[in-house]
Amino acid sequence: MATAISTEKNFFEIKKGIASWLFTLDHKRIGLMYFYAIISFFLVGVILGLLMRLELIAPGETIVKPTTYNQIFTLHGVIMIFLFIIPSIPAIFGNFFLPIMLGTDDVAFPRLNLLSWWLYVGGAVFALLTLVVGDGPADTGWTFYAPYSVQTGTNVTLSVLAAFILGFSSILTGLNFIVTIHRLRAPGMTFNKMPLFAWSLYATSWIQLLATPIIGITLLMIVAERVFGIGLFDPSIGGDPILYQHLFWIYSHPAVYIMALPAMGIISELIPSFAKRTIFGYKAIAYSSMAIAFVGYFVWGHHMFTSGMSGTARVIFSILTFIVAIPTAVKVFNWVATLYKGSIDVQTPLLYALAFIFQFLIGGLSGLVLAALAADIHVHDTYFVVGHFHYVMFGGTGFAMFGALHYWFPKIWGRMYNKRTANIGFALLTVGFNFLYFPMMILGLMGMPRRYYDYLPRFTDLNVISTVGSWILAIGLIIMLWNLIRAKKTGEKVGRNPWGSISMEWQTKSPPPLENFDKLPELNEGGPYHYKH
Amino acid sequence: MGHLVLPNSGHNRDPEANKMGMWLFLFTELLLFGGLFIVYFVYRSMNSDAFLHASYELDVIIGTINTVILITSSMTIAMSITALQKGNKKLAMYLLWATQAFALAFLVNKYFEWGIKIEHGIFPGLDHYNHMPSGEKLFFFLYYFMTGLHALHIIVGGIFIGVVMKKVQKGEVTGERISLLENSGLYWHLVDLIWIYLFPLFYLIH
Ligand code: HEM
Ligand SMILES: [Cu+2]
Repeated sequence: MATAISTEKNFFEIKKGIASWLFTLDHKRIGLMYFYAIISFFLVGVILGLLMRLELIAPGETIVKPTTYNQIFTLHGVIMIFLFIIPSIPAIFGNFFLPIMLGTDDVAFPRLNLLSWWLYVGGAVFALLTLVVGDGPADTGWTFYAPYSVQTGTNVTLSVLAAFILGFSSILTGLNFIVTIHRLRAPGMTFNKMPLFAWSLYATSWIQLLATPIIGITLLMIVAERVFGIGLFDPSIGGDPILYQHLFWIYSHPAVYIMALPAMGIISELIPSFAKRTIFGYKAIAYSSMAIAFVGYFVWGHHMFTSGMSGTARVIFSILTFIVAIPTAVKVFNWVATLYKGSIDVQTPLLYALAFIFQFLIGGLSGLVLAALAADIHVHDTYFVVGHFHYVMFGGTGFAMFGALHYWFPKIWGRMYNKRTANIGFALLTVGFNFLYFPMMILGLMGMPRRYYDYLPRFTDLNVISTVGSWILAIGLIIMLWNLIRAKKTGEKVGRNPWGSISMEWQTKSPPPLENFDKLPELNEGGPYHYKH
Repeated sequence: MGHLVLPNSGHNRDPEANKMGMWLFLFTELLLFGGLFIVYFVYRSMNSDAFLHASYELDVIIGTINTVILITSSMTIAMSITALQKGNKKLAMYLLWATQAFALAFLVNKYFEWGIKIEHGIFPGLDHYNHMPSGEKLFFFLYYFMTGLHALHIIVGGIFIGVVMKKVQKGEVTGERISLLENSGLYWHLVDLIWIYLFPLFYLIH
């Protein structure tokens, strides 16, 4: 039975000490623990990325040997995908804000939530172990394609087990959120009055639940093949490598939407909060999340256009991929239409949202180039692809996450950061980002292949621009983080609702009390985004 | 000193939520095996003769006995739920013990079945196995992998039921607060269901 707990103290103050964090059942503390872990891994991944860019500043061997380079991009990919971007928004902001935005005091299964966190830690430990034991981290690329992943002497088994455990963590988080959304909404909050962030997490959770088991079992098969030498995927002992690719992408394409949908949910919160205007096409945004989740299941073959599938299969996958772009475009139009004639308050979170729209658009449109069968044959496995997915994952989801951080920072810590410095950090990040990745698209069209530590001299200029871009981006990142760390200690204290938003999380104190609300949360009249002027 | 308890608090007891959580978990289990079924069908269609030949090596009798055992155990656990709902704790406990006994019997059978195969050298790394054509190797590998994973689920299910039995004993799970027992039942039915597919795939299709 629920017992009454003081609402005077906030959730930081109510209990102290390391154990009160590590074994907490409070969704907010679990969210924050994820935050610190995920940001740390992000920074490790960034350092690896900067190393790669440094290697690529000039043709030939610059700072690392080819094998080391292969290990670096694999570790970079594994960390960025499994330890950073997949958990990022759901595990941090979903955990922290989903219950508050639904007007409740916790997720449906708090203990399961803690278990998810510990599984995440376990998976992270396995990933780090690859650094110190045996022949070092895997050098297969984050895709672990067979047969090479079966043959290489590097720590594929450990990396794959790490991904397996992290998958488990992701499944349990998804399960928890689905039940939370079904059972714990505030009285009167129907599905169609739910915040769009909750909708996007709902769609994401279904993907986590229904796609992740496939990769789980596939990765176990890789382990079995390595341990017992059975030809599951290695053709030299009777296996079928194409089958591996199918199984891998049956998960990993939907996983792209695990990365993208929560980000779209964030943008759907940011835009109305700063345009002070009712969101345009609430239902279109909500249901298009579900549509993306559904159609996203049937497009995985677009990663395999050059693997030797039948012509018919390739055409079908190509068409389906075009279709999945439609609900995505619907959202973009909705966001832009919401801005139209709004009373726009230009604050740092909104800047991130605008950069998201711009960069996600480039990422999405370059995705259509890759979805077009004929074009993909030419740019498959070139730097065009590297440019494309960084625009989607980093320029999209990464920027949405930074936007969310700047938006909810005053709610989580009860203080405001220096807005000017935040904007400078934002500007450097955005400029650096585009200098870093746009040249990659051009390089790809010129024919530079991905996953090499070397290139032909004629690619040099654009590579230098890209590397310089990575430095600008790094400076922006440092400024952003330094500004926030400083604000956490010395920032000006804020009240409940510094942005003047009508979303429910702003009704409670900043930081919130342990059970989230000190007075009964009220639904906004006329829907969650109905601003009255 | 303020405090507030929300009507929709996540700390309220909510059997409906527990059951929903369990169903969602079962979906993931089905998909986990689903991946293996895909692999099975792909390799069966590529090596149909070898799979056919290899499947003759399996003992249909033991397989059938195990199928009967599992179906019966599904029945006993379902009956124990009804018994507890009607307030007959003693009968419910007996039926749960019976379920556990069936689970154990299933594993013992499996142990002997695998044991005989391994004695004949049919296991990755052993002599007989190494000399098989690759299609038959795949068949047996999938056989060990899939029935092994299934046996693991039997063990987990047995532990789960054991925990629930302890709680029934202590009166923490009763006719009114039965969702944990129901969930263990759901899980057990799933384990049963997967076997219903594994059995024909490996033992019966000729
Ligand atoms: C400062 C930031 C970053 C830099 C400088 C960077 C740089 C790079 C470079 C140069 C490659 C290509 C390696 C090659 O093909 O030779 C790469 C690959 C990759 N990056 Fe990043 N990246 C950064 C951030 C991110 C982020 C935020 C994500 C994900 C959210 C990400 C995900 C990936 C993935 C999945 C690969 C593919 C790895 C593989 O080929 O197996 N990166 N990155
Ligand atoms: Cu894809």
